[in-house]
Amino acid sequence: MELRLTPRARGPEMRMELIQPFINAADAVLAQGLQSPTSVANLSMEQEAYRRKGVAALIWVTGDIEGRIVIDLDPTTAVRVASRFAGTELPESDELVRETVCELANQVIGNAVTSLNDQGFHFRVHPPVLHTSEHGPKSSEDTEALVICFETCIGNVFLNIALRHNCTPNPEPAAAVGH
Amino acid sequence: MEQFVAVKRSKDGQPVRYLVVDDSVFARKNLARMIETFGGQVAGEAGDGMTAISEYERLKPDIVLMDITMPQMEGIEAAEKIVQQHPEARIVMVSSVGYQENIVAALQRGARHFVQKPVKPEVLYEVIKYVMGEDGTAAHAAGAGA
Repeated sequence: MELRLTPRARGPEMRMELIQPFINAADAVLAQGLQSPTSVANLSMEQEAYRRKGVAALIWVTGDIEGRIVIDLDPTTAVRVASRFAGTELPESDELVRETVCELANQVIGNAVTSLNDQGFHFRVHPPVLHTSEHGPKSSEDTEALVICFETCIGNVFLNIALRHNCTPNPEPAAAVGH
Repeated sequence: MEQFVAVKRSKDGQPVRYLVVDDSVFARKNLARMIETFGGQVAGEAGDGMTAISEYERLKPDIVLMDITMPQMEGIEAAEKIVQQHPEARIVMVSSVGYQENIVAALQRGARHFVQKPVKPEVLYEVIKYVMGEDGTAAHAAGAGA
């Protein structure tokens, strides 16, 4: 899945080479977990502070690449996705629903990290945390967030990415951590 | 979920016993479901590297499925400590971060194999058969046959 941003949608700091691995990883992880293809329904830039839609997991990245990635699902979709991943119907209140969204974020970011590491970026991925507040932080004052809406067979999954890189990547593969 | 030909222990025909180590409850449950389809048995679970070491001592499982990034002690360090004490331990790392250095580090420190998340059951099944080697046999069995 290859996406191109129009010049108008392109942020000054965030480059598509940083974003594409996350899009590919989300596409692959969702398609495998749901056993159904996904498509990008919408793509937009956000300058406002992050506003949570439902069950959200947030992962911070520091190093050559800095910023944060949020995976966000409305409550009904979160239950459907978690139930599909778990192979059994889960109630909305179940802790496993939140756990699943965190693990989903973990897998998407981990797979993207693998790809970015091959490009020589040195950075650290921090463990996912459940994002519970209504509003979230921007990655930094000068970084816009790219919001990608993935349309799946059981609802929309939002990937909110605010990343920038601080220097030219080192051709030597880098150490990074993740699940 | 697809059923596989059960992998049993060659020495006694009993199900292969697994220790599943991951800080994500969801990931542990997911692996446990796959293990069932392989005709295996989850002997125990752990959510961090320290607990994995003590659980290995207590349970002596046939195979450990070990995540990498976990609280208290990470998976590669836990694998190394287990293998130092039990060179026969069969540890398979299961992680979403599959870049080369991670894999090499895990293998150099005692892991037998590496599987990237999201885990495909058919991939894990082949890895289990490979890691068990002559100590495991794939044979049709009641409730676990293909």
